[in-house]
Amino acid sequence: MSGGVDSSLAACLLKEKGFEVIGVTMRIWKEGEGRDSAYGCCGVADVEDARHVAQQLGIPFYVFNLEEEFEKEVIQYFCREYGRGRTPNPCILCNERVKFGTLMKKAFELKADYLATGHYARLEFDDRSGRYFLKKGLDRRKDQSYVLFSLTQDQLGHILLPLGEYRKEEVREKAFQRGLRVHDKPESQEVCFIHEASYHSFLQERLKESVAPGPIIDKDGSVLGAHKGIPFYTVGQRRGLRLAKGKPLYVIGIDPEKKALIVGGEEEVYGDNFIANSVSWIVPQKVTSSLLAQVKIRYNHPGSEAVLFPKTGGEVEVRFKSAQKAITPGQAAVFYDGEVVLGGGWIKEVKKLQAQS
Amino acid sequence: MSRIYLDYNATTPLRPEILEAMLPYLQEVYGNPSSIHLFGQEAKKGIEEAREKVAQFIHASSMEIIFTGGGTEANNLAIKGAVYASGEKKCHIITSSVEHQAVLMTCRHLERKGVRVTYLPVDRYGMVDPEEVRRSISGETILITVMHSNNEVGTIQPIEEIGKISRANGILFHSDAIQSAGKAPIDVHVLGVDLLSMSGHKIYGPKGVGALFLRSGLKIEPLIHGGHHEMNRRAGTENVAGIVGFGRAAELSSASLGEGQEPSCALRDYFWERVRERIDYTHLNGHPMKRLPNTLNLSFEFVRGESILIDLDLHGIAVSAGSACASGSLESSHVLAAMGIPASVAQGSLRFSLGRETTREEIDHTVKVLEEAVHRLRQMSPLYADVKKGGT
Repeated sequence: MSGGVDSSLAACLLKEKGFEVIGVTMRIWKEGEGRDSAYGCCGVADVEDARHVAQQLGIPFYVFNLEEEFEKEVIQYFCREYGRGRTPNPCILCNERVKFGTLMKKAFELKADYLATGHYARLEFDDRSGRYFLKKGLDRRKDQSYVLFSLTQDQLGHILLPLGEYRKEEVREKAFQRGLRVHDKPESQEVCFIHEASYHSFLQERLKESVAPGPIIDKDGSVLGAHKGIPFYTVGQRRGLRLAKGKPLYVIGIDPEKKALIVGGEEEVYGDNFIANSVSWIVPQKVTSSLLAQVKIRYNHPGSEAVLFPKTGGEVEVRFKSAQKAITPGQAAVFYDGEVVLGGGWIKEVKKLQAQS
Repeated sequence: MSRIYLDYNATTPLRPEILEAMLPYLQEVYGNPSSIHLFGQEAKKGIEEAREKVAQFIHASSMEIIFTGGGTEANNLAIKGAVYASGEKKCHIITSSVEHQAVLMTCRHLERKGVRVTYLPVDRYGMVDPEEVRRSISGETILITVMHSNNEVGTIQPIEEIGKISRANGILFHSDAIQSAGKAPIDVHVLGVDLLSMSGHKIYGPKGVGALFLRSGLKIEPLIHGGHHEMNRRAGTENVAGIVGFGRAAELSSASLGEGQEPSCALRDYFWERVRERIDYTHLNGHPMKRLPNTLNLSFEFVRGESILIDLDLHGIAVSAGSACASGSLESSHVLAAMGIPASVAQGSLRFSLGRETTREEIDHTVKVLEEAVHRLRQMSPLYADVKKGGT
């Protein structure tokens, strides 16, 4: 229970269904450093919101200190990736290692059978394969299956997602009907552990000397200008380059060794071919054959038709049928067959593009 | 589900006799004690009778008792009051590293204002060495504050020795006796303290009321201004019913102590025996002998105290561990850390504190649930698996 409307309603619905529910909140922020006001999640006020809902439901409520695990598994990963010129997705790591990792273990210690959350996604047991399938939530605009792709069967088998069948408006409506004061609480928009307006000061503080200025070059290697530090940029970014050229320029690649930003015109931001590594499959695939899938390369990406070529070593080559904007190393690539998540991996390198210097 | 309460160090239930003593002051005796008329006089009488009882409880005189809004306020008043009254440009305070947060955070606050503070180390039992106190005294030391007993592990500090040292050096000596009052006899003359803090809700009295003993002749600066209450030391219309309750609690505690607090001690020792019989890899934290008779702080290796605590809670048994942070999650214990207990062991600690209503049956049931919980949690622990295999 984060104190947000989704997890609050999830707790209500499960209690109504007859489950014995225990509400838990993860304290992942440093004591004294959480958000000041209740804004979606991640501060003392949000814990109070969660506690209030638990009291209304008459369920036990505990707050777990997961600061250390979160720091190690999420925050350090986040900073490391930016330092390497990649753009991370911390929510996926949090789900995999902290929420459905450490917290799930604690749930089992309390003799719980499931850990439930307010994620908009659905879980189904497929009798034929004997496996748990992860599917998109009914509300496509809110679907969060993308951030759950890397969960194992063991994890999926012990998760309940009560909100997958509802649209966001329905969720707020149901919360209102049940008298939950969080029914109209705004959603948190940014990464939960950064409270500053932008990531920049956070990364600057964390990465220190690794945030060093470097050259902005084009794909032929000509130096066009300078940048303040590669962690402040991501593929497809136009803002903050400060280059006066005839046409608008975009980041098309990052070279962490040379600390260089590679820029090009808009058409060069598009790619249709990349390698994903650390691929995991929810729906098992034979490594030898290729398959068709819809692939999302970002949380907000609508997904696009592609052919997947599984390789050895947990890698998959993805070839889109049409070019996609800003395929970004470090982001997760999730493979779908309609509403079913086949599996996914992490974008390692974009093949079409080569920085020559 | 029947519930078992083993967290008497956190708070105690209100004794029926005390509730009875308080009721008239919540009903017909409602006057403001500062009012000149009879309504006020009656309320004032209740307060003064309570004051006398609290004074007798610690062998002090009535004038030396200042009622406050609780033990934390008493600690704040003692320390800040002494510092502000000293008027010194450079102040030095000596305290211990195992004090309650009410003392530690007050000291840290004063540090930010330019006061120098020495946090004395403790030995593995959590005991302060009086020699260390002596060695830390400087020309600027204006206050020594060491708790009478520690709330987490129960270790009783050598207050008399420290009192002698303070006296010999002309330094004010304060002791936070919030946890000790009612469990161990307190005589301010024997202890040699100039200031002493107490709290109502630890001795079966109401919450929201405490007291500070201030030796006559000594002055401190009040924290709360706005009236002449408590002889100009703590303004504000008194919590009459609370104070009356506190007085009655002190009176009853005096009587119980007179009878000897053996029952709690024997039961506590029985508890430890049973645990030791049935659960291996457990350690007792705190001094084996010089410890509050009701307190048992244990570490269970290979598991987290937090997990056991919640398991016990779900079985209706209340215990505690460490301290809670602002959001309500458990913070690691600064007391165990100061005692040199490694974090991995400290994490598996729980505090059991018994009270006047604790029965042998409750202890037996608790040991049973505890054994099951620790056993089950250890099955899930990779570290335990290693040890069982004979590794590390």
